[in-house]
Amino acid sequence: MNVEIIFFFLVAALAIVSAVFMITRRNPVKSVLFLIVNFFCLAVVYLILHAQFIAIIQILVYAGAIMVLFLFVIMLLNLGDESRLAEKTTYRYWIAAIAAGAALVEIALGVGVSLGGTHGSFHPAAAEIGTVEFIGRSLYSEYLFPFEVTSLILLAAMVGVIVLAKKKFH
Amino acid sequence: MEILISLIKIVIVLFVLLTSVAYIVLLERRVAAAIQNRIGPNRVGWQGLLQPLADVVKLVMKEDIVPRQANKFIHDLAPIISIGVALATFAVIPFGNRIALFGHDIKLQIADVNIGILYILALTSLGVYGVTLSGWSSNSKYSLLGGMRSSAQMISYELAMGLSLIGVIMIAGSLRLDTIVEAQVAWRWNILLQPIGFITFVVSSFAETNRLPFDLPEAEPELVGGYHTEYSGLKFGLFFLAEYANMVTASAIITTVYLGGWQVPFVHSLGLSDVSVSIIQVLGFCFKVGMLIMFFIIIRWTLPRFRYDQLMNIGWKVMLPLAIANLLATGLVILLKWV
Repeated sequence: MNVEIIFFFLVAALAIVSAVFMITRRNPVKSVLFLIVNFFCLAVVYLILHAQFIAIIQILVYAGAIMVLFLFVIMLLNLGDESRLAEKTTYRYWIAAIAAGAALVEIALGVGVSLGGTHGSFHPAAAEIGTVEFIGRSLYSEYLFPFEVTSLILLAAMVGVIVLAKKKFH
Repeated sequence: MEILISLIKIVIVLFVLLTSVAYIVLLERRVAAAIQNRIGPNRVGWQGLLQPLADVVKLVMKEDIVPRQANKFIHDLAPIISIGVALATFAVIPFGNRIALFGHDIKLQIADVNIGILYILALTSLGVYGVTLSGWSSNSKYSLLGGMRSSAQMISYELAMGLSLIGVIMIAGSLRLDTIVEAQVAWRWNILLQPIGFITFVVSSFAETNRLPFDLPEAEPELVGGYHTEYSGLKFGLFFLAEYANMVTASAIITTVYLGGWQVPFVHSLGLSDVSVSIIQVLGFCFKVGMLIMFFIIIRWTLPRFRYDQLMNIGWKVMLPLAIANLLATGLVILLKWV
């Protein structure tokens, strides 16, 4: 067991614990905080995999921008106790339970399959893939079309937000 | 050995940073006094030079008061986040070139990562949490208003900040901070190549560090004290420390990205030994940072505060379009190979 693997298990355990706490906390602000801890753990896992760019983007976009907006909305609406927000309908619980069960089976199967396989060796070129230069080059050559389509979708969302926000003034 | 050298660098940088922060507070009070035709603190020690120590003792001795309805854990956590983020940014800033000491070739930068600029942007975006959470957890109207204002302000100005940096990244062709500094050799400083980017970045830095004229989050006449209204003693001291540490970090980033970092023009033509050249470069870096801090202080005591809607308008309708125009112009120039 080398240091990297021990470190991985520590971070992975922390990620799972924070994810469980995120769901079980009654206070929405605490849920947000545990989700941020979870995102940080994921970023560290990416770093262990030599994917520096994805790690920093994980923090920059998810922890730094999206979660700030979550926190902002929760504070603005002053969401207190979760019990007031509880859903009355029961069929949603059943659908959620089925979906969660399916995901669990899928993960169990995936882990079972990967345990049966053999360990590959670490390819030195793999570290290259995580760098900014590599991601930039493949994003603007190989994956140019999906990239442009994504930017169009984002543009449509932005226009939609502006239209919704402008409505008030008419 | 590598780890030992890194540890020594971390200790030295933190010591210099925290000491200089203490004396910047004194400098700010003396400059403010001079601008307002007063004398300022000059009683403790010669010319008030021991005043920071007296202030620290006072803050440590004060009682730590937490409001009864406050969320104790988050109330304690918020100042730690603020100061942690403020200090961690310094990890990637190169404060000098390589120096050969005692047979070791030492790089004068704590962590040389190839995503330096993204690391700085990620940390500045995390700084919002300290302010927002302190405002929310205090369970007080004024704190909450201060926290909300600051998060809105920081989110708005982060965009202009990031976009103005892209111009510099395009010129240097790297996200590595030491490559960016090396590209600014002699007088090829980015302030001359990117004047508009420099202006938008400096203005955004003022907003990100919550300094006047953009100190809406802690506008005393309206909000009592802003997000740290309900803090006292050492926890208030941490916020205070974080504010000034942020100012030093912002000055260091501006120096690194736009003012040539540790580059001192004509230093190689003097015929000095390598070690003395390195030392002069470190001193040059400190000098540039010091000048910028002086600029921050003088601006604070010269300009009045903006109104909140004016602040948002400047951020979204002036700074952001300027930064985008700068980006397009830089792209065009690089594409046509004019530089």
